[in-house]
Amino acid sequence: MTEKPLLQINNLETFYGPIMAIRGVSLEVHKGRVVTVLGANGAGKTTLLKTISGIMDPEKGEILFDGQPIQGLEPHKVVRAGIVHVPEGREVFPLLTVAENLSLGAYTRTDAAEIARDRDLVFSYFPILAERRAQEAGTLSGGQQQMLAIGRGLMLRPKIMLLDEPSLGLSPILTQEIFAILKRLNRDEGVTMMVVEQNAAVALDLADDGYVMELGRIVMSGTADKLAASDDIKSFYLGHSNEGARGERRWKRKKTWR
Amino acid sequence: MGVLQLLISGLANGCVYGLIALGFVLIYKATEAVNFAQGDFMMLGAFVTLGLVNPEYMGIPFWVALPFVFLIMGVLGYLLDLIVLRAVFGQSQVAVIILTIAIGFIIRFVVGVIWGHEPQSLQSPLALGDVRLGSLVLGLADVAVIIVTLLMTVALWQFFQRTKIGLAMQAASQNQMAAYYMGIPVKRVQGMVWALAGIVAAVAGILYASKGSIDPTAGFIGIKAFAAAVIGGFGSLPGALMGGLIVGLIEPFAARYLPPGYSQIAPYALLIAVLLFRPHGLFAQVRAKKV
Repeated sequence: MTEKPLLQINNLETFYGPIMAIRGVSLEVHKGRVVTVLGANGAGKTTLLKTISGIMDPEKGEILFDGQPIQGLEPHKVVRAGIVHVPEGREVFPLLTVAENLSLGAYTRTDAAEIARDRDLVFSYFPILAERRAQEAGTLSGGQQQMLAIGRGLMLRPKIMLLDEPSLGLSPILTQEIFAILKRLNRDEGVTMMVVEQNAAVALDLADDGYVMELGRIVMSGTADKLAASDDIKSFYLGHSNEGARGERRWKRKKTWR
Repeated sequence: MGVLQLLISGLANGCVYGLIALGFVLIYKATEAVNFAQGDFMMLGAFVTLGLVNPEYMGIPFWVALPFVFLIMGVLGYLLDLIVLRAVFGQSQVAVIILTIAIGFIIRFVVGVIWGHEPQSLQSPLALGDVRLGSLVLGLADVAVIIVTLLMTVALWQFFQRTKIGLAMQAASQNQMAAYYMGIPVKRVQGMVWALAGIVAAVAGILYASKGSIDPTAGFIGIKAFAAAVIGGFGSLPGALMGGLIVGLIEPFAARYLPPGYSQIAPYALLIAVLLFRPHGLFAQVRAKKV
C-alpha cells in the first residue's frame, strides 16, 4: 500500500460540549477498500463520522481527503468534495416519494443523463425501491428505508461512503441482505466505504481493514482477517465464549489494551 | 342572491388570510420559527407597490413595477433571515416570537414615516369596481382576488413539485439533518424560504389593497391569518389556505345571521373549537417517524 490514502485522519479531537468524545483518533481509508470501525455504544463512532462529514467541528487534528484538508468545512462543501454520509437510523425524507428522495441524493450534481443512469443502477441493486418509487418514503419498512438511505447516498456517486450502523434495528436476515449488497457495491462498482458498526461479525466479513474504538480512542487496528482472528475481538465483540479445558471464565479476561 | 354575494366577498377575504397564513406556515415548516411580522410584511408589500405605482409617488406602470416589488420583498425577507434571525439561532422560541413582533412594530412605524398614516388606495388593475347582475352586486375585485390566489396556489404547487430548489425546501423542512447530509446548503435554503414568504406576502398585500384602501395598521389582520393557519393545521400548506378561506367565509355569514358583534369573535371561537377537538388542525400532515 504505497499510494496515498483517500481519507486520512490525524490526531482528531472532538468535543460534545465539555465531553471529549474523540480523543486523538488517527486512521486511513484507501481507495476501493472497505474499512470498518467497531465499538460499543458511546465509543465515539458516530461522532467520528459526524466530524468527517462536517456536522461537528473538531477541536484539534486534521482530516485529509484526497490530500486536501476538510476539517471544519460546512457539510454541503464536504458533500461536494465527494463524501456522503448515510446516517444512523435511516433519516429519509418521510413525506417525499422514493424517487424524490433519490433525486435529492444527487442534489449537488447537474448531469441529468448520468443521474438517470445512476438511478437505474440503484434500482438494479435495490429492486424493491423501483417497485415503490412513487410511494412516500415514510411508509416504507425499516429495511426498505435503510436501502433507500444507501441508494440515496449512491446517487451522489461518492468517492467514499460513510455508513453509520447500517444494521441498526434490522432483523439478522435483512442485515445479511444489506451487507451482501454493500459487498457487491464495493466489488463491482468499486465504492470505497467506511462502515461504523456494533455488529462486528457482519462488519468484519465485509471489510478489508478494521479499527476498534473505545471511549474515543482507537485501541486496535489491522486487516479484517487479523482482527477477526484476535482473541480480544473474538471474546468481546464476536461473542465467542472461548472456554478452555478448565472452563476459563469470560469475566476473568481483561482486554489486552487495558 | 345575498348568499352568493356573501360567499364571493368572504372567499376574497379568505384568500388574503390564506396567503398570509401560507407565509406563516412556509417559515414555520422551514425554520420552526413563527414570524409574527407576516401580516406587516403583507402591509409592507402593499405599500411598496403603492410607492412604485401610484402617480403621486413614482408612477411606474403596474406590470413593470410588479417584478421590482417581488424582488424588493424577496430580498427583504432573505436579509431579515440572514441578519436578524440567524443572530438568535439556538435561542428559545420565545426570543424569535418577540423579535418578529418587534420587527412588525418597526415595519409599521417605518411605513408610517415614509407613506403616512392615512388610508390610501392602490392604483391596481384588479380594482375593477362593481358589476350589477339583476339584484346581484358583484365586486369584480373580489373575483379577481380569488382567481389570482388560485393561480398563485398552482404556481407554488408547481414550484415545490418540479423545481430542484422547491424539492430542497421540502427536504430541509422534513429532515434538516438529512438535508445537510445530501449537500443541501440548509441555511441558504431557509433564507430562500423567507424570500418566498416575502413574495407571497407582497401578493397578499396587493390583493388586500385592491379590495379597498390600506393603511399601516392593516398588518393586524395577520392575527386572524395566524388563527387561520392554526385552524387549517400549522405545518400544512393546503391547510393554511383552507383555514384562510374558512375564516374568510365565517365572518360575513356570522355578521349576517348572528347578533351584532359575533362576527368578530367567530374566527377565534372556531380556533378554540379546533384546538379542543382537532389540535393538529383540520388538514394536518402528521406522521410519526418510523424507528
